[in-house]
Amino acid sequence: MDARTARICYEDFEVGSVRTYGPRRVTREEIIEFATEFDPQPMHLDDEAGRKSMLKGLAGSGWQTCALMMRMIYDGLLHESSSLGAPGVDEMRWVRPVRPNDELTIKITCLEKRDSKSRPAVGLVRHDLEMTNAKSEVVMTSSYSGFFGKRNPGAAS
Amino acid sequence: MKYFEDLKVGAARTLGSYTFTAENIKRFARKYDPQPFHLDEEAAKNSLFGALCASGWHTGAACMRVMVDAEKREAEQARARGEEVVSFGPSPGFKNLKWLRPVFVGDTITYSSEITGLRELASRSDYGLMHGLTIGVNQNGERVYQFESTAFIPRRPK
Repeated sequence: MDARTARICYEDFEVGSVRTYGPRRVTREEIIEFATEFDPQPMHLDDEAGRKSMLKGLAGSGWQTCALMMRMIYDGLLHESSSLGAPGVDEMRWVRPVRPNDELTIKITCLEKRDSKSRPAVGLVRHDLEMTNAKSEVVMTSSYSGFFGKRNPGAAS
Repeated sequence: MKYFEDLKVGAARTLGSYTFTAENIKRFARKYDPQPFHLDEEAAKNSLFGALCASGWHTGAACMRVMVDAEKREAEQARARGEEVVSFGPSPGFKNLKWLRPVFVGDTITYSSEITGLRELASRSDYGLMHGLTIGVNQNGERVYQFESTAFIPRRPK
């Protein structure tokens, strides 16, 4: 979204601020559908194979958990922001398996923001993220960065 | 996949390739990352990327798929040679994932992986931890994607 009309721009992120989004329920069908296309390992496709694995039951692919995280950030924040994409992820930890019917919540904490040196209308924002299930158990943690357009590129931030 | 004891730091292999189409880019984006530059050619033209491009998580998921396919292929070859086949365990996560360049419609990304470290685990004797660097290169030889992977690998039963 254009930074002139977006509700959330680079200027609106405050270091230390916390945002919470969710819950997002994950269905068994979604887990199997994602795994069939992108991660067809038995523990992501079949209950019995899951039980026999280190994950002790059918569990979603970690890459699906990342994709779900992405969607939750989009629905919570990016859809009304001046997001310009992301350069990468510093760290991703898959702490606990995501099970069918888990209800996932994410909490993101703004860690740092930095003006782009090469593009005056752009800034980089770094967040810490924690994803929990309905039992408040942490299933995933991450630290990642994203580019956002500035509402007032000329002003000091 | 071999046992943890059979792995060597520096061992590298090509995993396979995945071709990104407008159809699969948009299908992934609709479900998981519906930002305009992943869904709409016109909006993408006016974005930093300049053309419709894949969600970075699609690039990552596609890498996982070619990795699983490579494992299956190698397992079949091992079985054909009459060797024991060992399945790799899950991954506890990754570090320093970088989307270095956009992945556009029609790009074919070839993924490869190198073992960068092998660590025994104090907490369990049945698995070791493998560290790797996995990269994705497009048809023009440009690196578009990389991350530092980790995976639990079964140890040879004593």
